[in-house]
Amino acid sequence: MTVAPKREDYDVVVIGAGPAGLAAAATSAEAGLTTLLLDENIGPGGQVFRAIASTPVTDRNQLGADYWVGADLVQSLRASNAEVIQRAIVWSLDRNLDIAVSIGGASAFVKAKRVILATGALERPFPIPGWTLPGVMTAGAAQTMLKSSALVPDGRTVIAGQGPLLWLLAAQILRLGGRIDRILDTTERGNYFAALPHAFAFLTSPYFTKGLSMMREVKAKVQVVSGVTELAASGDGQLASVSYVASGKRETIPADLLLLHQGVVPNVNLAMAAGVEHRWDDLQLCWSPVLDASGNSSVAGIAIAGDGAGIGGANAAVVRGRIAARAAVEALAPAAAAKLPAMATLRSDLAKAERGRLFLDTLFRPAPQFRIPKGDTIVCRCEEVTAKDVLDSVAIGATGPNQLKAYRRTGMGPCQGRLCGLTVTELMAQARGKSPQEIGYYRLRAPVKPITLAELAAVPKSEADVKAVVRG
Amino acid sequence: MFRRSEQDKRPQVQIFVDGVAVAARQGDTVSAALLASGRDARRSTAVSGAPRLPYCMMGVCFDCLVTIDGVGNRQGCLVPVAEGMQIEIQKGKREIGK
Repeated sequence: MTVAPKREDYDVVVIGAGPAGLAAAATSAEAGLTTLLLDENIGPGGQVFRAIASTPVTDRNQLGADYWVGADLVQSLRASNAEVIQRAIVWSLDRNLDIAVSIGGASAFVKAKRVILATGALERPFPIPGWTLPGVMTAGAAQTMLKSSALVPDGRTVIAGQGPLLWLLAAQILRLGGRIDRILDTTERGNYFAALPHAFAFLTSPYFTKGLSMMREVKAKVQVVSGVTELAASGDGQLASVSYVASGKRETIPADLLLLHQGVVPNVNLAMAAGVEHRWDDLQLCWSPVLDASGNSSVAGIAIAGDGAGIGGANAAVVRGRIAARAAVEALAPAAAAKLPAMATLRSDLAKAERGRLFLDTLFRPAPQFRIPKGDTIVCRCEEVTAKDVLDSVAIGATGPNQLKAYRRTGMGPCQGRLCGLTVTELMAQARGKSPQEIGYYRLRAPVKPITLAELAAVPKSEADVKAVVRG
Repeated sequence: MFRRSEQDKRPQVQIFVDGVAVAARQGDTVSAALLASGRDARRSTAVSGAPRLPYCMMGVCFDCLVTIDGVGNRQGCLVPVAEGMQIEIQKGKREIGK
């Protein structure tokens, strides 16, 4: 499994084997381009199709038909000539399309003519008091364990937050016989009205009936509290209770496990480190790359597909993967593009897959108090920096996330801002009366995942490389 | 906190957590195996020593850092278990030589 890439040069290198990456790599390889797919997980699937080739959950109804779509994608990929390497951590990508990847503790370098980034999404930070306590996890974490190891919550379990994934996870936990004591829905009441103008597209999308039946399935078995406006976890070194305010009334319930979720946001680290221009998205409240209709970014040769291109869900991700791959084929082997579905067909598939998204984005836009914390609530989990620490730094002159690093080391821990970046941007923007776009984001650089100095030192070097740094 | 569904028929893999034998399943990540074991698997942070358990299970939060076969600071959620694997719960910073 942990083998280095077979070649030094590829036509197309796809990074990430989720919905977009699987589709992109299969399309590119089927058209005859030399294609390498690099993915950091044990098996293909990304998060949505996590463990699709190995899940011990074999009753297909339990994970649902939308999950098993992933099996066909993996099959198409395996039938193609794409070279696939799992447990491959890409730690650098630059404007020359040179890629550094760590595989089994050793780094290899490959060069691509085109790169398709399919690094997907991660769950939006949910910085409430106590969110670093053992026993507090993301809903996605529980879903990962459910899909890959058939593990279900056992103790007193509370799920809090909002969004489609929350209901899907709850349904899956119940189907597998797991325990959920209460669901705390943080959807703002005002969002229902705001989303109303977009309701028609949603009602006529496949999300609607699926979503509704899933919510019914869950509500029949679990107490759901809606209109939750405050949320906190507490305990001494371990989660002991969850307290919340709903309809003006505070309640505290004992809990062993709290699963948090308030939507997903693009995983921007590799794209930003490669120099891809990103803009603040005021609706989705995150950074999204600036892309053309084929997914091409501001860096020549780098395209982005899937949720890393802006949240669109798994179906849209698959189509975006095919579009980006077709664009690569058109550029590198135009004759071979004739074999692939026409771009116009793909674009109409994408419009169909994106139907209803505006409604979901508006309805599930997380409330400010769950995005912008106060006081002693931890913002940066790695360096243990609180909201007050950040505001104190602003008061003595920190102007943006990059200056803040010098004051408090926020974003300089191992997660490299993945769990604090959005919070820091919004917190500083609010404190300084600026827009998130004006405040900006951390300047990200390679290595985008930590590697050891020993691994770096062991990288093959030419005589010229050595002369460039050795004196005398 | 978590238990295994009865339908899980994967073969067992024996790992050692701080020297104690723990039954995992083939295909588990180290973090999943630790959370399923029911043992106290809390690491402590390098900054304040606060106790932590995995948060994201997908490679982004680094709260699953653990020492695996003598190598510290590994992301337990990205490493599959293997027969005889030696896991140490990492307390604080990675130590020199580990």
